Amino acid sequence: MRITQGTFSFLPDFTDEQIDAQIKYSLDHGWAMSIEYTDDIHPRNAYWEMWGLPMFDVKPEDSENVLREVRAAREAFPEHYIKLIAYDPTYTRQTTALAFIVNRPAVEKRFRLDRISGPGRVNSYRLVAEEVRPTSVEASGAYVGNGGSEGA
Amino acid sequence: MSPTPATGSGPLAKKERWSAGVTPYAEMGYYDADYVPKDTDILCAFRIVPQPGVDHIEAAAAVAGESSTATWTVVWTDRLTDHKHYQAKAYQVDPVPGTDQFIARIAYDIDLFEEGSIANLTSSIIGNVFGFKALKSLRLEDMRIPTHYIKTFQGPAHGIVMEREMLDKYGRPLLGATVKPKLGLSAKNYGRVVYEALRGGLDFTKDDENINSQPFMRWHDRYSYAIEGVERGAAAAGEIKGHYMNVTAGTMEEMYERAEFAKQIGSIIIMIDLTVGYTAMQSMAKWARANGMILHLHRAGHGTYTRQKTHGVSFRVIAKWCRLIGVDHIHAGTVVGKLEGDPSTTKGFYDVLRLNHIPEDPRYGIFFDQDWASMPGTMPVASGGIHAGQMHQLLHYLGEDVVLQFGGGTIGHPMGIAAGATANRVAVEAMIQARNEGKDYFQEGPDILEKAAKGCPELDAALQVWKDITFDFASTDMPDVALVPSVGY
Repeated sequence: MRITQGTFSFLPDFTDEQIDAQIKYSLDHGWAMSIEYTDDIHPRNAYWEMWGLPMFDVKPEDSENVLREVRAAREAFPEHYIKLIAYDPTYTRQTTALAFIVNRPAVEKRFRLDRISGPGRVNSYRLVAEEVRPTSVEASGAYVGNGGSEGA
Repeated sequence: MSPTPATGSGPLAKKERWSAGVTPYAEMGYYDADYVPKDTDILCAFRIVPQPGVDHIEAAAAVAGESSTATWTVVWTDRLTDHKHYQAKAYQVDPVPGTDQFIARIAYDIDLFEEGSIANLTSSIIGNVFGFKALKSLRLEDMRIPTHYIKTFQGPAHGIVMEREMLDKYGRPLLGATVKPKLGLSAKNYGRVVYEALRGGLDFTKDDENINSQPFMRWHDRYSYAIEGVERGAAAAGEIKGHYMNVTAGTMEEMYERAEFAKQIGSIIIMIDLTVGYTAMQSMAKWARANGMILHLHRAGHGTYTRQKTHGVSFRVIAKWCRLIGVDHIHAGTVVGKLEGDPSTTKGFYDVLRLNHIPEDPRYGIFFDQDWASMPGTMPVASGGIHAGQMHQLLHYLGEDVVLQFGGGTIGHPMGIAAGATANRVAVEAMIQARNEGKDYFQEGPDILEKAAKGCPELDAALQVWKDITFDFASTDMPDVALVPSVGY
């Protein structure tokens, strides 16, 4: 399966040039850039590991500095999920403005849905990541279309 | 104390202010051209059409009077109060060029209103006065709510920022779909639509406004199957998903019961209809904050009083009340879809919901500066007759902090519901990418979509099916000042 967290997961994986365009857009807005990585892709994992501190005060013309950090993080954690985050510190905003995955494992885990039956036909649900044997389609990095016949 | 007898007798004789009988509202102090509004005043802009022969100043004063302290005749008991303090004052009345309309600005002292009660605020300001015979028609156009009064309301249960953090979704509009057909599906079939739409790429699905608990599908069953669809969709995508569970019911007790069950089964969001009334909405907003649930509001019924330009209440006022009340989502128009929505007027609604400070600007129907004192924003929802082929227009007109809801535009997709969802998701991500890369996405939108569709048969099919669908009708609700697309804007 392809985990579709992040702003651009339904598009083919971005080239470095495309990532650079997003970095420039973010820096033009005065947003701070940061990189986070994890091997726990549960959708409620709010705290991925920080690849250093957020990069404040980078000028748009220095977007290469951010891209260099992306490359370094990929080299260090090639089988982790890595996301690039643009943070907007503006008053009344003060939250992430853009966040997208820039690295993912060659073979992604999938989520199994556990159900615990309770009274009144009420189930408790739990998402559990599990290994999945790659098929030729799922192993390719690009978007494969959740809309087709692929099941859960 | 006894009433002072009238002194004059002829119709031209000027009556003493306090003598028994009828004194024009303007003379009773409800019109004061020299009044300087206080920072704490609530200010209203009314569009007034007086009956033939009724002076516009007197009409404005009558509105001020009837929406504050006045009755039709002089009462001596006014003199037991500091009556000038409690009188609303029309302080500016301007003709609308080329029409029989006037815009009257009226100031109300904050003392007139109970803290934290939209019911009380509206009982005064849109209470009796809208049926007043001396007016042909009356519309509440805008309201300046002072910080002092804002601070007596809860505001959105969570607001835009918290919602995005809860969902972990940033940098793009959220996507939703209303389950169709609106009526008749069994609970199990209903949950199927939820699952397909969410696994295909939408963030939310939604109950429609008139899905509550009918014979063909009771609420408990619907919620049970819908949450199965939500959890399956979340597992398929590895993303947080939600289904707006409509808890609208005949009594508050039933609404709480339904909301509690939605919480128990793990839903992240519930919904209510505007038809439940302001007090019920405020109660549910408090419940939603206390229980960590996003609160969606469907503006069912608003068109009965918001749409006509000369009578009723503008939706920008309803939007302000709803932000005070504390809903996290509110339907606010699409511009390009099947429902009413002039672009400039709709921008005004969206600004009122999302921004912290909105400057007076007649081009967008904004009559007063409005400062929200950092009260979180309410996420506008665009729903009704929109599809993936309009993505560039939707992003241009509505921006990023919006839920785009494609009901027919998802479920009606020729390759199935999940394919419809995928088409919408790919379209929105491709458009955001293009915008961020500095492309003129509004002009180049169709090309951007076609290019994205080359790698996505679902989007390609959507563009083919709906490419010629537009809803091009004249708006009934437009600002008085036309937006001239020229220099400087």
